Amino acid sequence: MIDIKDLRKSFEDHEVLKGINLHINPKEVVVIIGPSGSGKSTLLRCMNMLEEPTSGKVVVDGIELNGEANINKAREEIGMVFQRFNLFPHMTVLQNITLAPMKVRKISKEEAEKTAMELLNQVGLADKAGAYPPQLSGGQQQRVAIARALAMKPKVMLFDEPTSALDPEMVKEVLDVMKSLADKGMTMAIVTHEMGFAREVGDRLLFVDEGQIIEQGPPKEVFDNPKEERTRLFFSKIL
Amino acid sequence: MSFNFDLVIQSFPLLLLGAGITIKITALSVGLGMIIGMFVGIARISHVTPLRMLAAVYIDFLRGTPLLVQIFLIYFALPLMLDQRVDPFVAAITACGINSGAYVAEIFRAGIQAIDKGQMEAGRSLGMTWVQTMRYIIVPQAFKNIVPPLGNEFIALLKDSSLVSVIGFEELTRRGQLIIARTYGSLEIWLSVAVIYLVMTLAISRLVAYMEKRLKTS
Repeated sequence: MIDIKDLRKSFEDHEVLKGINLHINPKEVVVIIGPSGSGKSTLLRCMNMLEEPTSGKVVVDGIELNGEANINKAREEIGMVFQRFNLFPHMTVLQNITLAPMKVRKISKEEAEKTAMELLNQVGLADKAGAYPPQLSGGQQQRVAIARALAMKPKVMLFDEPTSALDPEMVKEVLDVMKSLADKGMTMAIVTHEMGFAREVGDRLLFVDEGQIIEQGPPKEVFDNPKEERTRLFFSKIL
Repeated sequence: MSFNFDLVIQSFPLLLLGAGITIKITALSVGLGMIIGMFVGIARISHVTPLRMLAAVYIDFLRGTPLLVQIFLIYFALPLMLDQRVDPFVAAITACGINSGAYVAEIFRAGIQAIDKGQMEAGRSLGMTWVQTMRYIIVPQAFKNIVPPLGNEFIALLKDSSLVSVIGFEELTRRGQLIIARTYGSLEIWLSVAVIYLVMTLAISRLVAYMEKRLKTS
């Protein structure tokens, strides 16, 4: 589903990603962890070209991400959820969700709203359809953001630290939505600090440090038996 | 020295007619300036380098030369190039409109750049193009931020429109001059003209304050 070959990214003199190779299979849930500044968010943002790689190749759903047209096409199939939600504050929850399907997929307003209401039901916020984002709690906003991304019926979902900006009591409601999405077979790449979630929901755990994938494998194996010294060091600091 | 109140009262209807024309020029120029300003402002931050440079030249030229000179250029110099007379009304609105467009462009640019960049990222990540994201997400939010500076621009333009009196266009200032030429009542007429400008600018600033409040609550 996602194929990354020798991906490199530099910000001025600083090389953030130093040759990443990664293949994500359909229906796979890949959790990316690592210290801050390790390049894990940059890696995720390269998967939909919000960050333009310095070199290397990214292919998503058979579309190579190069050139404006290809990138827009691929982005229709790649949902993204941000740390800071990035809902559109001047639109209602319903409008937030229906905008892109109507403008990009060109589906009718009625159909877009029908899908939106189904998705709001799924994330438990059907009663908030007419509310504006600033009126919602962080957890509610993030669930709307997930519904907004899902409305495009994407084949892959990217999550960039989706619970890091939330108050602790709201983390679970967002993780629950993500878990049910994983259970339904969505292909997902998730950057997170929620180790419990990574262990429970992830099919594969990626430990990234200094712009490289240091270690990867089934989450339980990596957590219980890290092979690399740097992975052990990281776990010793956070667990 | 004496103050001739009768002269004020007699001249007032004529001056008000002039004020009406001042409002008309200002409104049309602001309309033109807004349209130009929106496109130039967006061009100023686009990723297309020639567009960005063109917009910068436009802004620099119009902000770096006096409006009076721009009015002369359009009314006196342009006809020489076109070999055709330019109507004073058209010249007045064109000059004020393109001048205002440069200032509005900078207001728009600042308003757009004040929007969190996560908004653009969210729009783009949903598959929308840069233009779609600008149109549906960024510009509508920027509009709210720029109401106060746009109000200031409106007021500045209303006052600057007095400059078109030099091409003989009979707005408020020119009306005043004409009445004075007939009556020699400099004190009475210039004071009346000043008061009428003041009333108009105060009315606009109140209106802008009201709109700002309305937008804040919505």
